[in-house]
Amino acid sequence: MTDVATSHDAPASPTAVAPLLTLRGISKSFPGVRALDDVSLEIYPGQVTALIGENGAGKSTLVKILTGIYQPDAGEIAIDGRPVEFGSPHRAAQQGITAIHQETVLFDEISVAENIHLGHAPRTRLGLIDWGAIRGGARKVLASMGAGHIAPETRLKELSIANKHLVGVARALSIDARIVIMDEPTAALSYKEIGELFTLIEMLKADGKGILFISHKFDEIYRISDRYAVFRDGQKVGAGMLPETPQAEIVKMMVGRSVDQIFPKHVAAPGETVLKVEDLSHPTEFDGIDFELRRGEILGFYGLVGAGRSEVMQALFGLTRPSRGSIVLDGQAITPQSPADAVNAGIVYVPEERGKQGVVIGLPIFENVSLPSLKRTSLHGVLRLKEEFDLARAYTERLDLRASSLSQDVGTLSGGNQQKVVIAKWLATGPKVIILDEPTKGIDIGSKAAVHQFMGELVAQGLAVIMVSSELPEVMGMSDRIVVMREGRMVTTLENKDLSAEALVSAAAGIRGEDA
Amino acid sequence: MTAIPDTVRPSRRVSIRGLNFALLIFVVLYAMIAVLQPNYLEAGLFMNFLRRAAPLVILACGQLYVILSGGFDLSMGAVVTLVVLAASMLIGGDPAMTWPVIVALYAMGLAVGLANGAIVAFLKVPSIIATLGTMLLVNGLALAWSGGAPRGDLPDNFRNLGRLVLRDVPLVGTLPVAVIILVGATLLAGWGLHRTAYGKRLLAVGDNPRAAELAGVPVKPTRISAFVVSALAAVTAGILIGGFSGVSVNAGRGLELQAIAACVIGGAQLLGGRGSVAGALFGSLSLFALFTLLNLLGLPQALRDSLQGVILIAAVGASVLRHRRST
Repeated sequence: MTDVATSHDAPASPTAVAPLLTLRGISKSFPGVRALDDVSLEIYPGQVTALIGENGAGKSTLVKILTGIYQPDAGEIAIDGRPVEFGSPHRAAQQGITAIHQETVLFDEISVAENIHLGHAPRTRLGLIDWGAIRGGARKVLASMGAGHIAPETRLKELSIANKHLVGVARALSIDARIVIMDEPTAALSYKEIGELFTLIEMLKADGKGILFISHKFDEIYRISDRYAVFRDGQKVGAGMLPETPQAEIVKMMVGRSVDQIFPKHVAAPGETVLKVEDLSHPTEFDGIDFELRRGEILGFYGLVGAGRSEVMQALFGLTRPSRGSIVLDGQAITPQSPADAVNAGIVYVPEERGKQGVVIGLPIFENVSLPSLKRTSLHGVLRLKEEFDLARAYTERLDLRASSLSQDVGTLSGGNQQKVVIAKWLATGPKVIILDEPTKGIDIGSKAAVHQFMGELVAQGLAVIMVSSELPEVMGMSDRIVVMREGRMVTTLENKDLSAEALVSAAAGIRGEDA
Repeated sequence: MTAIPDTVRPSRRVSIRGLNFALLIFVVLYAMIAVLQPNYLEAGLFMNFLRRAAPLVILACGQLYVILSGGFDLSMGAVVTLVVLAASMLIGGDPAMTWPVIVALYAMGLAVGLANGAIVAFLKVPSIIATLGTMLLVNGLALAWSGGAPRGDLPDNFRNLGRLVLRDVPLVGTLPVAVIILVGATLLAGWGLHRTAYGKRLLAVGDNPRAAELAGVPVKPTRISAFVVSALAAVTAGILIGGFSGVSVNAGRGLELQAIAACVIGGAQLLGGRGSVAGALFGSLSLFALFTLLNLLGLPQALRDSLQGVILIAAVGASVLRHRRST
């Protein structure tokens, strides 16, 4: 359907425009995951192509391949029709590809001018760095972007994120990049800053650059993009021209096969309220959160990354202090000051990043499991090996953990099995409420199924589960009710009955009205 | 159906591979000593060897706690110097003062350890900088207090802790008091680290502070406690050193680095999470055997440091290689 391009508001004979960058049949696999499967994509000069997809759809992998961080297993990349290979980030940059990330890949400790010219600094006749030319060049390129307020001598770390993005764009202009990848560039920007960024994108377009724009926000996508490509589960499922394609159609592509994955049906027989949260607020992260959680219920928290879901959970777990609001657990108001308080009260939190927050790599399985329960397994502070082993065995067996022995180091287990260790560790403390933050992120299908199965068992035993997830099928397949959050606020709470994926995505992305 | 074989008996494995490496070095070096001086194989000379190695072993055990918690304690040597100088000035040759002063010395150690720990835990200063600061501070205070030259005197009942040798002990023949202290301190350190809930929390904090915090481990108090253990070990070592070497303004110079080296040779992973007291024990004995060997060979003192460096790099290199192969 790419021929429709004609009618779009590109200036001179757009039909004749040849793609600047072409990807053909790109595939990339990681152990247990097929991240990209036979993907083709074109980026055109002077146009913005929006890359759209749920988390885990393969967008980041694609960006990493384009910037030379990953090498594809199969497929070819061509610039101006000539095949190229990006053996390294440096090679990709030489071929004219630059990326502006959410966290910019510039250097905080050196000046704006040096960041702009790093790797291609002008030299004097003696081969020394020409500092005058660096500052002058930086001033010129910044001024040409209408960013003259940024002094070239400023150290980058003194700039706001928006201004860092501007420096990133200035660098792209100065190295004569032809393809600019923007990976959620607006995530940390204010409304005004987003406007300024978009003015710049228009400039880059006018300059003939090809732009790949990644965002979860539909209003931005429609405002700036000429084309779109939708990814799902590592495949490109649709592409075309933008204003012509209605949002509803794109949402349908993103969601794809409706929730037809098999999720264990758990019988929802929610009992009395266990946890009641009222008007919970945080100075910066979230505001006015109200919900109730009942025994035997899975409450899903859905929203985009950065919607404030994890932050709410961390407040429940005593990691951050809410500024107001109340948490009532089993009829008693609690104010957890530390994770230890929360665990004692009966709330446990299985964090998102296992490696960073969940397991202690150097300790064996059984010591990881017993870590929060040491008070019970030790006697006057002296460890009792048998108790620890019994505890670890009881809970790892329930989760069907695969390991050669309980003394095996956790670091040698697969991601899925590590996740099971983390969950076992928390179950062993005998909680009333268990919070699972992205419980199946980055683990293989088999382990996912085991974790889902187990969640069903947990609620069947009367536990109350909160599941934070950005994976639509998981949220829809597992939750009894779904709280949708956006930008730190609750948008709505939905009963998971006859719920359409489109409605959920629309609520999370802030699409107004019933048109989706 | 069980996912994990039932046959595996509960076992608390100590970092065996690190231990083996240190044990191997020690055996090789001690064998070389014995070739040069066969009488080192006699129980008496071996006991004497242990007696002189005792301060380093105790320092290494203390240092190990800090290393496992993810840090370094550079102030140990300064604490040893402080202990030796303060003991001689405060006791002033009066045997009746020995025990009260020893209590005071431990109080000083406690203060230094708490200060180190508080700076690291609350001000979030990297421990290598924080303890470098206290090292300079404590050293300077000790020298200023003593006026730059040793004063006072250590009575026999103090010095005996380091140099008294019990005669006619069954099995071993002679038994230095310092060796009794060495054994006691090592067992205590090993028990605390490998057999208590505290020790496990310490390892967890060193390996993954975030995960430890989420698991309800009091991260800051645990960090602070490691520096306290280290400082108390330094006081103990200082008392032994004062005992057999007498008073000197250089009493503790460089000992902190030897203690770190001993831990690394013993398989401790810098920046935390892995290591054992047995490893630190044999690491220190290896290092001390090396010093002894170099003395016997009559090599100049300066080469001692160079060879210590070579052994240290070899130990770290070996541990990196082992690690790479096992993952």
